[in-house]
Amino acid sequence: MSAELDSLYQEIILDHYKNPHHKGLRDPYEAEVHHVNPTCGDEVTLRVHVADGVVADVSYDSVGCSISQASASVMTDLVIGKPVAEAMAVHEEFLALMQGKGTVEPDEEVLEDGIAFAGVAKFPARVKCALLSWMAWKDATTRSLEETP
Amino acid sequence: MSSQTAARLDGLLPELEVIRADFPILSRTLADGQPLVYLDSANTSQKPQCVIDAMVDHLERHNANVARAMHQLGAESSEAFEAARDKVAAFIGAPSRDEVLFTKNASEALNLVANTLAWARGPLEVGEGDEIVITEMEHHSNIVPWQLLTQRTGATLRWFGLTDEGHLDLSAVDDLITERTKVVSLTWVSNMLGTVNPVAAITKRAHEVGALVVVDASQAAPQLPIDLAAMPEDERPDFLAFTGHKVVGPTGIGVLWGARAVLEALPPFLGGGEMIETVRMESSTYAGIPHKFEAGTPPIVEAVGLGAAVDYLSAVGLDAVHAHEQALTGYALEGLATVPGLRVLGPLDARERGGAISFEIDGVHPHDVAQVLDVRGIAVRAGHHCARPAHARFGVQSSTRMSSYLYTTPTEIDALVEALHYTRSYFKL
Ligand SMILES: Cc1ncc(COP(=O)(O)O)c(C=O)c1O
Repeated sequence: MSAELDSLYQEIILDHYKNPHHKGLRDPYEAEVHHVNPTCGDEVTLRVHVADGVVADVSYDSVGCSISQASASVMTDLVIGKPVAEAMAVHEEFLALMQGKGTVEPDEEVLEDGIAFAGVAKFPARVKCALLSWMAWKDATTRSLEETP
Repeated sequence: MSSQTAARLDGLLPELEVIRADFPILSRTLADGQPLVYLDSANTSQKPQCVIDAMVDHLERHNANVARAMHQLGAESSEAFEAARDKVAAFIGAPSRDEVLFTKNASEALNLVANTLAWARGPLEVGEGDEIVITEMEHHSNIVPWQLLTQRTGATLRWFGLTDEGHLDLSAVDDLITERTKVVSLTWVSNMLGTVNPVAAITKRAHEVGALVVVDASQAAPQLPIDLAAMPEDERPDFLAFTGHKVVGPTGIGVLWGARAVLEALPPFLGGGEMIETVRMESSTYAGIPHKFEAGTPPIVEAVGLGAAVDYLSAVGLDAVHAHEQALTGYALEGLATVPGLRVLGPLDARERGGAISFEIDGVHPHDVAQVLDVRGIAVRAGHHCARPAHARFGVQSSTRMSSYLYTTPTEIDALVEALHYTRSYFKL
């Protein structure tokens, strides 16, 4: 019983939940988005700052469950400082893991702490929680690129 | 409290085990052979065997369209459908069975009223300068249709706020309900806070200024005896809506009761077969109530199921169901109070509330609470329960909600409370 829970609530996830990285809204930014999960009410406001083709900063304010909060924290660790194209590739990798229904083997080289979410893929109701901030990031980054000629 | 004390709780249904045996789903097991502890009845209730049987029997033996099939099966099906209307009318004490309309659910029933009012001309017409009054504790289904109505007509939407205890703030009643008020629409029992609202007093006040009153009885119909005909006329609402799946009936069917004079004065909702008298290419004349508001083939087998459902509840007795809910709610409130950091949203006195209890636990998000409970076979709801404004009022984004019903036992409440203690320890609180 607890083993099933432990596969979902990995230590890494609970650590990020208790001490989220990069949280709070910061300047400068080119795009700010607000995404919600209408079924449960989880919300994130997220800003992206892109400079010279690199994700210079991602800042956010969010309310939600441990999975959605930890996912936002891990996501910022993974994308900040990376060239946009590379960060988008990480996004794709995480998306594939989440949509894999537990059959996708995560690549630690690419996903780092993100591999802790492998267990989430087996809980269909929670996949949306894990993806909320990632989707917001992709949306905001796309808009940032449109803003900066 | 041990389950020994629990078994002697005053007000519990005396034949609880017999009732539980009527609901086949309650004996199934979940992953790892865990028994099901279903505490999500405010979301949807489970169905007794007699409802399932009535629906299967109809499909196996009497299936035909209603009103338009000139054969024996058609006659049987029509009779079963209209008998269901009689049963629902009896269940709520409707002054006339023709005032009972079948819809798809409570949401459609409420939209029917709001839409036809948007289209009404003459005395019922809603326009600029008119006001629609709702409350901050409504389900989204009793908020959005009125937002649409006011946006479409230029009328103004106003609402009752809530006290910190989770009651309607009635201090503003004279400011809110005025000669400008066209409609007051409110829930009888809150699906989030559990609060039971003073529907009779508010209706009386609204009627004094000539406003129509719409009552969302989605959470009241399952647990409170309702007798519309017995209400003094000035305290009787003009509309009452509820949904089949919360009164041990099937999904896909809801009920709108409306006072005859108002229903007759309103324009039709949907156009189509069955709702007409004569159709010419230029224009049509409409059938009388209830058919005027039931365009197209209605939810026939669902109506049959709903008829069996309300008969089942009436046989148990709504007074007895209500007493059972109150006993369990009181017991649950005591149990929840033993969980450190747990805050109940809504009245703390079981006598002032229904069987849905929303709460938050310091340090654990409702989603995570529900997840841990689910692994233990306990089904609750986590989120905003389609009442986001009420959550915002109490400064929370979401909550966990347990909701009991006539088949719920004190032992199940014990299991919930124990699992909540476990949840805290799991998250190292
Ligand atoms: C108070 C209240 N009103 C309306 C509804 C809507 O019911 P339905 O979704 O069946 O239309 C519900 C149930 O979800 C409810 O609890």
